[in-house]
This record gives sequence, structure tokens and C-alpha cells, in this order.
Amino acid sequence: MEIRVNPTRMELNRLKGRLKMAQRGHKLLKDKRDELMRKFLELIRENKELRMRVEAKLSRSFANFLLAQAVMSAETMEEAIMFPQARVELEAEEVNMMSVRVPRFIRQQQEEGTGGDVYPYGFANTSAELDTSIAALAEVLPQLIKLAEVEKAVFLLANEIDKTRRRVNALEHVLIPQLVSTIKYISMKLDENERGALVRLMKIKDIVRGDKTG
Amino acid sequence: MSMYKVAVIGDKDSILGFKSLGVATYPVTGEDELPRVLNRVTRENYAVICITENVAQHVMPQLEELNKKLLPAILLIPNNQGALGLGMEQIRRNAEKAIGADILFGKEGS
Repeated sequence: MEIRVNPTRMELNRLKGRLKMAQRGHKLLKDKRDELMRKFLELIRENKELRMRVEAKLSRSFANFLLAQAVMSAETMEEAIMFPQARVELEAEEVNMMSVRVPRFIRQQQEEGTGGDVYPYGFANTSAELDTSIAALAEVLPQLIKLAEVEKAVFLLANEIDKTRRRVNALEHVLIPQLVSTIKYISMKLDENERGALVRLMKIKDIVRGDKTG
Repeated sequence: MSMYKVAVIGDKDSILGFKSLGVATYPVTGEDELPRVLNRVTRENYAVICITENVAQHVMPQLEELNKKLLPAILLIPNNQGALGLGMEQIRRNAEKAIGADILFGKEGS
């Protein structure tokens, strides 16, 4: 497929410029795609492992929690948990990863005179299962936040790779072949015109000369 | 730099434990309650929103749309009945989108 253009020298020059630009863009985008891919592969393996660990730990914590619920009444449970000691707060940074902006979370540690105690209740009315469950949960939380960070980065990178790949393919399989064939068409046409002009000139010359001698 | 919080959405029994850690919890009981909760949560400045898989499975397209922005990061977690595998599925889909083939879970067959 060619682009419909006038076969002029000016058009030819313009198209040649565009072709050069397209080829440069194609090369750059290809490099970008490769580097994104490399980063992505690193991250996605981490993502998978982290998720497996977190899911296992969460399940364990939930199991203990279920046990705690079984041995304690719903009211005491509610009461024990109702007023948390700590608050989880995050600082979010923006990290530029190959011009994809991904977040990075930094957990803000808060000490309110609890001495790092994660239990917001006294030990008198609660069961040991609840302690285990909460301790496990507190342990998972940093990993959970890390997982959120990694998974987000993976998601954003995947989108960016998809986009970049589409662009690379569009350049490689559509725009560049189109430009090449159009350039060829114009130069053929120009050559043909030139030959036509030359032949016409020779013919005229013959006619003029024939007139003189005849 | 502003501070962000962490939220957990899910069925009450699964997420109650998170409350004791100081994470904001939003219990959801019915399916029809979910959009409203989700709306409220996304309007506040949460950096991480964890949703249990059994609740999230009804609003996957919406979650994906929300996840496209820088913040918040939406995270699927299992509930107390175990994982549905949606979180892993998400990873697999990302891999497929980026690479064009499923490289991580290929061996397990699907």
C-alpha cells in the first residue's frame, strides 16, 4: 500500500525525511521495549514468590483467627479489637522506571508508648489463638505492602510494554513499508518522466534537423 | 509529602484481625453494598487497598480500571476460606500481556 501523493521531488524529500525519522523511532522504541521487558521479568518473578509467601501466611493467620473466634464470644472479640493501638501510615514515593511512574511505599513507624506491642488488648479475656493470629498478621503486613508495590509496578509495566510493542509493530509493519513503497513509487515516476522528456527532446531534435536538410 | 493509609475490604470475619493492627477495615456483607464502599474508599487517600478475593470477583473490571492510576494500589488477598487463585491469575495475565506468552505458570498447564 502506498500513500497517495503527488510524484514530485519535494514530496520525495519530505517522505525520505519521514522514513528516516520512523526508522530512528522504531529503533528507540525497540530498545525501550527490551529494557522494559528485562525489568518486567525481574519483577514478575519476585511478584509471584512474594504472593505465594503472603498468601500462605495470611491463610495461617486466618486459620488461627477462626479458632480464636470459636473459643471466644463475639462480644469479647469485638471489644478486644475495637480500639487499635497503632495506625498504619504510608509514605508514597514516585519512582521513575523507564519513564513508567511506579509508586514505592515506605511504612511510617509509629511509637505511642506501646513498646512495639501489637496487641491492642489485655491478655485476661482473650485466647492465645488470637495472639498468634494477630502476631502473624502484624508480621505479614510489611510483606503485604511490599507485594502491593511490586504488583502495582508489574501491572503498570505490563501496560506500558503492551503499548510500546503495539507502537513498534505499527512502525515496523505498517508505516515503514508504506513509506518505502511510496518513495519507490515517486522515484520511478520521476525517472519515467525524465526518460519521457529525453525521448521527446530527441524526437524534436530529429524533426527540426529533418526540416533543415529536407 | 502526604501520608497515606491502608484499607482492607472484605467479609467481616476475614478482615477483623486487620483492625487490631490499625488498618482501616470496611466490612462488606452483600454484593450490592460493594460499589458504595468502593466509592467511598477510593475517594479517601488510601495508598493500598486490599480486597478479599471472594468480594473482589464481582467487580474485577472496575478494579482494573482503578488500578491504572499511580495510586491506589489494589491488592487481592485470600479470605479466611482460602485463596481463589484470582491474585495469581492476575499475575499470569500481566505476564501474558507483556510477553505474549505465559512463562511463569506454563509448566502447570491450563
